Amino acid sequence: MNAPFLSVRNLTKHFAPTAFSRGPVVRALQDISFDIARGQVVGLVGESGSGKTTIGRSLLRLIEPTSGEISFDGIDITKLSAGPLARQRRKMQYIFQDPFASLSPRMTIGQILTEGLDIQSIGNRRERRARAEKALAAVELPVDAYDRYAHEFSGGQRQRIGIARAITLEPEFIVADEPVSALDVSIQAQIVNLLRDLQVRLGLTMLFISHDLAVVEYICDTVIVLYLGRIMEVAPAAALYARPQHPYTRALLSAIPSLDPLVKQGRQVLKGDIPSPANPPTGCVFRTRCPVALDACAGIVPPLRATSDGHLKACIRDDIA
Amino acid sequence: MDAPILSISGLRAVFRIAGRDIAAVQDLDLTIGSGETVALVGESGSGKSVTSLSIIGLLPKKIGHIAEGSIALRRRDGTVTELTGLDPESLRKVRGNDIGMVFQEPMTSLNPVYTIGEQIAEPIRIHLGKSHRNAAADAVRLLAQVGIPDPDRRARQYPHELSGGMRQRATIAMALSCNPTLLIADEPTTALDVTIQAQILDLLAELQAQRGMGILFVTHNLGVVAEIADRVAVMYAGRIVESGPVSEVFTRPRHPYTAGLMRSVPRLGQATSLKAAGTPLPTIAGNVPSLALLPKGCSFAPRCAMAVDACRAAVPPLFAATSTQHSRCLRWKDL
Repeated sequence: MNAPFLSVRNLTKHFAPTAFSRGPVVRALQDISFDIARGQVVGLVGESGSGKTTIGRSLLRLIEPTSGEISFDGIDITKLSAGPLARQRRKMQYIFQDPFASLSPRMTIGQILTEGLDIQSIGNRRERRARAEKALAAVELPVDAYDRYAHEFSGGQRQRIGIARAITLEPEFIVADEPVSALDVSIQAQIVNLLRDLQVRLGLTMLFISHDLAVVEYICDTVIVLYLGRIMEVAPAAALYARPQHPYTRALLSAIPSLDPLVKQGRQVLKGDIPSPANPPTGCVFRTRCPVALDACAGIVPPLRATSDGHLKACIRDDIA
Repeated sequence: MDAPILSISGLRAVFRIAGRDIAAVQDLDLTIGSGETVALVGESGSGKSVTSLSIIGLLPKKIGHIAEGSIALRRRDGTVTELTGLDPESLRKVRGNDIGMVFQEPMTSLNPVYTIGEQIAEPIRIHLGKSHRNAAADAVRLLAQVGIPDPDRRARQYPHELSGGMRQRATIAMALSCNPTLLIADEPTTALDVTIQAQILDLLAELQAQRGMGILFVTHNLGVVAEIADRVAVMYAGRIVESGPVSEVFTRPRHPYTAGLMRSVPRLGQATSLKAAGTPLPTIAGNVPSLALLPKGCSFAPRCAMAVDACRAAVPPLFAATSTQHSRCLRWKDL
């Protein structure tokens, strides 16, 4: 068995108050560990404030982790200096949520697509253009998009441009951060299909971030469920949807409105709000909203442990399955 | 039988863009009875929000106006008022009074420099003429009704001190403060997490059962429609393309766009088998058309697998597929 392609160990990120924001330390991520094998797609799911984007950005060191290790192919990128990190980043790309905010209105699509190649000093002008045009073709946009501006495209087309930008550098690993959340329903499935197709064709390894469990099911091999900066459950996609183990995963699945108006299944509505990460509950962070919490849940942070059918769950209760 | 709370007929709302009048909504008929929830569903640019803004007279004044049609509202006192062509002063007496409004982003619809309590009390003072003290007491009572714990303290807090879900509860309290006959909820749960969305949907259903108001629920989320609405109108490129009871439309859509939308919604547990079979997710080909460049005939024809030449000749009328379900598709029988 090979070492995993990406390995995250005990990743913790605390945002300390700055000169202008007095107040407590925000514990965005606490002790996050997971692996991604080469060619696998891992989904990262949770509500706002759960730490999804903080993980995504930490993996590319767009923000500095407070502690912990992040290894790509055996190289711990948290210890790299600027030069080697820049070379490493060539292999790692990011697709952003908002296709309007993430494309410069003052650059042509060609400039947007070749900027990364420029920075990495890859190829000459002609070769860069060829690579960008190849990327446009891969995302099913016309070649004449090269000389146009982002405002000439619809949301779905812009997201294709964002994907093209990510693949021009021929990366090995992509973080796709809510890539379809801003898109219309009829366009979402197009983009998910495109990402899946590219992932298979280019053998990409991917972290797919979404707040919507229904969206990640198709594209992900494994799903990680996050709550308030901690991992609640990890499972192969099929198993997670068929037999969710953690009470939070169950609540999240049950909250998704069903399309069938005749089947109003007994929906379980969680009470209250997600607590502040500046002041997370002691013990299990989910216990304040958990329908099956016990007194003991306040005492210890439940470790992530394997259950019988290949899940990992951070819950002390075994009697609720 | 009572007159409907809201009755829209032949609505046409236009925007003047680059010297041209572009219809954002046209040929729109819609009624909402008391105690009834009607969902207006569609993608961006379909005209669903323009419809709700037309009702409350909040189309952007410089560029947008209602070109044709009537919007009649039954008010609290039972009288029916035509809202189109109403002068701004009279319209102000309807808005926030007989019509309550809840918008997508609770942070932008609340004023950051006033307390929650002051903001809920304001319409009560203005529209119902109550004293500061009585309006403030009403505000606290309303906060309790929308499920905000410790309402006394919350009323004295500012919007930034509340979570997103709490803020949306507060805007609902504000919308209901004058006991409206119609509540317009424009994407009220879109900015919220699913677990909070579930809470807000339950709350709206509960409040409607108590108060019997009509609700116009604008959303792009079909799951939410199935959850909350009695009837649904599906909009595409400014027109209603299908309408009817949710139970009929969602069980047997009679417009290819509705059917395509429903197929595009990811369903839990289904994707795994599609992936195993190597099948892509079902999609609707192409993009939502620009309102300035609508094709002749049916706007959906360029993306429609069932389109025939007749579809491209003229805009199809609404056909009655059943006594309650209507489809703007020439081939509704083939679906």
